Amino acid sequence: MPKSLISIHDFTKEEILHILDVAREFEQNKSQRILQDKVVATLFFEPSTRTRLSFETAANRLGARVIGFSDAGNTSVSKGETLKDTIKMVSNYVDIIVMRHPLEGSARYASEVASVPVINAGDGANQHPSQTLLDLYTIRQTQGRLDNININMVGDLKYGRTVHSLLQAMSHFSPKFTFTAPSELKMPQEYKDFLDKKNIPYTERLELDKGIAETDILYMTRVQQERFSDPMEYEKVKNVYSLTASMLDNAKPNMKILHPLPRVTEISQDVDDTPYAYYFKQAENGVYVRMAIIAYLLGYK
Amino acid sequence: MENTIKKLKVSAIENGTVLDHIPANQLFKVINILNLTDCRNQVTFGTNLESKLLGKKAIIKIADRYFADDEINKITLVAPQAKINVIKNFEVVEKRILTVPSEITGIAKCSNPKCITNHQPVPTRFATVADGGHLKLQCHFCEKMTDAENVVILAKN
Ligand SMILES: [Zn+2]
Repeated sequence: MPKSLISIHDFTKEEILHILDVAREFEQNKSQRILQDKVVATLFFEPSTRTRLSFETAANRLGARVIGFSDAGNTSVSKGETLKDTIKMVSNYVDIIVMRHPLEGSARYASEVASVPVINAGDGANQHPSQTLLDLYTIRQTQGRLDNININMVGDLKYGRTVHSLLQAMSHFSPKFTFTAPSELKMPQEYKDFLDKKNIPYTERLELDKGIAETDILYMTRVQQERFSDPMEYEKVKNVYSLTASMLDNAKPNMKILHPLPRVTEISQDVDDTPYAYYFKQAENGVYVRMAIIAYLLGYK
Repeated sequence: MENTIKKLKVSAIENGTVLDHIPANQLFKVINILNLTDCRNQVTFGTNLESKLLGKKAIIKIADRYFADDEINKITLVAPQAKINVIKNFEVVEKRILTVPSEITGIAKCSNPKCITNHQPVPTRFATVADGGHLKLQCHFCEKMTDAENVVILAKN
């Protein structure tokens, strides 16, 4: 079975750091057409334009060709083809598969039936490891290091898979966490237990403005309607935090704001013009990190 | 004396395997896990029997049938305190010790409704995790935990 990237746990600390180094090399030299004879499949069983464009740009910058679909609606999948059959077939056509699927565990299963590496571009609410790696890349880029960073995670900490994966990945690097969330969306106990076991300190807050002064990375998240089974619960919390430029007066000079995007109301437009805004650069970094992941899994870097 | 009376509640077997100290509410899960619905041997069971250890217990006796370790160990999922006695000539000739397998494949249902195994023909697979005194199953695919005590056993086809 070729090496795949399904969960952030699939990579050791050394592999994570290697990917970040390779990504930096790609950022410095954006067009390295080392995969000119390769074909990359992007199989998006549910739409995610942002993630798909990022992966397809990465593949194109490496010189590879891209095939795939952006929505399972008009493919054989909608006629009832099993995931196994789709993956078996596509495996025979391409050199690597990038897939996004609404069912959790689908990417792990695909990697076990595929004859080529699989990159998980999101399996339901489970994992989205390229997002975690680009977050790590951006943290290192803005702070000059990954160790001893004070990270303030804000918003939906209950259902937000990006914050859970980032928390686990950062646990390699002695961080300090602040969790800013309304009581309905607090960080689940299992992740707090995980931090306790590793002796990693964390503080929980309800208000956003109080914790900003000691923060290095302010990691904002969107409250995602589709993760809620109860629409009333969503209505109560959807606009709970809104970051404005005036709240940043006491921020440390090195502080940067990250957000996995798209944002809705949680970061106001006036923040974009402050030196703290870094979310658009973060999205750009996704391309270099995805180039690094593809090149690494294909044995080129 | 008490012991003898209890034995009479489910008739003795000459040769085979006796599974005792099964929690009464887990009896049918044990039957499913061991696939006894397809078993051609004589199977007798009793349930809601008095037990000092479990309150109400169940017992299963399977004539002329002996289990391999990896087969019988699966019942630790739902009956961790079960006692397994091998019977020859109406006598207990061996008391088997159950151990929790590190991996459970194909018998338990993942409790996550969005898991791929609940939507496509994918055999389930779990790692067993001891969480304090409780046994939990971590899905190999979706990574979510299922409580062993409330686990749903998949019907065999
Ligand atoms: Zn599962």
